[in-house]
Amino acid sequence: MTLEMYLDLFSQPCRSVYIFAKKNNISFDFMKVSLLEGEQYGEEFGKINMIRKAPAIRDGDFCLAESIAIMKYLAEKYQTSDHWYPADLQKRARVNEYLSWQHMGIRMHGSKMFWLRLLIPKIMGVEVPKDKMDGALEDLEGSLKLIEEKFIGDKPFIAGEQISLADLVAIVEIMQPVGSGLDVFEGRLKLSAWRDRVQAEIGKELFDEAHQGILASQEMVKNMDSSKMQIFKPKILRLFL
Amino acid sequence: MAGRKAVELVVYLDLLSQPCRAIHIFLNCNKIPHKVKTVAIRKGENRTPEYTKLNPMQKVPVMVDNDFVLTESDAILKYLATKYDVPGNWYPRHPERRARVDEYTAWHHTNTRPHAAKVFLMEVLLPHMTGQPADPLKVERALADLSDTLEKLENMFLKRQPFLCGDDISLADLLAVCELMQPLGGGRDILKDRPKLLSWKSRVQSALGDSFGKAHTVLYSLRDRSKAKL
Repeated sequence: MTLEMYLDLFSQPCRSVYIFAKKNNISFDFMKVSLLEGEQYGEEFGKINMIRKAPAIRDGDFCLAESIAIMKYLAEKYQTSDHWYPADLQKRARVNEYLSWQHMGIRMHGSKMFWLRLLIPKIMGVEVPKDKMDGALEDLEGSLKLIEEKFIGDKPFIAGEQISLADLVAIVEIMQPVGSGLDVFEGRLKLSAWRDRVQAEIGKELFDEAHQGILASQEMVKNMDSSKMQIFKPKILRLFL
Repeated sequence: MAGRKAVELVVYLDLLSQPCRAIHIFLNCNKIPHKVKTVAIRKGENRTPEYTKLNPMQKVPVMVDNDFVLTESDAILKYLATKYDVPGNWYPRHPERRARVDEYTAWHHTNTRPHAAKVFLMEVLLPHMTGQPADPLKVERALADLSDTLEKLENMFLKRQPFLCGDDISLADLLAVCELMQPLGGGRDILKDRPKLLSWKSRVQSALGDSFGKAHTVLYSLRDRSKAKL
């Protein structure tokens, strides 16, 4: 029975799982979930994943959510190259350290930028107040600085000499604000050099394929039917405004 | 070999911090030899030049295993569970069971942790720092978010099993219980009307034994001081 992966490539963690599976030649059925149309709240999806988030996988009877748990599971099951999630205790701990920090450390800030710049103006019909935008930008810049200085430092990749899940998870999050039209790499030489290395390891074709959607988001969001997205209004008011 | 350096595991902890308590409990429960260095955040001990050199992010917990410095309780617990000979239920080797623990520990970061912490922040920390009373609207909002998380814990993770990830206690339960204890510091028992979570907590406390109470002494003192003020 084939592995099913429930993905929406607008979502950063979906991209990391997609890239990981493709890069490692793991065959799967791509089950498209359209998050912006609220498909994760439907009955069908609830059967796959009680947490109602994408990415999610169904491997026979086994269903799993959370991109990090998914990639670790796949790495083990398909015995992928050691560098992705090293067996060495200390190297693995470095990868886990980044994967743990990033939930609040960068993911939150990068996602927020995407919402503030593109989705909220579309759904709510108003621009986000300047002070909120400035605050979010400051948070994002702080995170990027930490990634450059503490996590990458003088190494080619976060865990050391080779690419790992940490770099994969980092790059997809950093690309999210880029999709909203904010070039976070500008003026950040170290980050740009790291990005080039990560892209080279993943392969430009696969990287571009995974990011095609998000990089076209400005145009796409413009053409979206905002009436279908009203389901997000309460979330927006609670989280962002 | 003569003159061999003793194996030394040091953890830098503030027991008012939820993830620090999880590590404290894990080490004691599993009788892992270690040294604790207390870092009192409220006294700014995390901002000293020496501490900043150790951890530029000025946060707790930090683990130092000989020369190896590690932050993030999630990573630290998984490191300890792998390095030391602890029972297999903490961080199972079986891929599907391990995946369940990884699934919860990821979800924890953006659900249990921030929502429980925010209640404590609004009710205890901010008033303490600013000298102003807690903002009732903000507390209400924080409680609503937390309520949402508690419902998910009950209806998703604990739906058909006694512990968050299966039949036995794991790192998931340890991290969760420490977070859910935090609002108690302000005198608030967030589980009191939730029988499912109360029985889960009771099972967790049983499994952890003495180490649970010991780790929470500081929080209990804070609770008693908070209640005295009310």
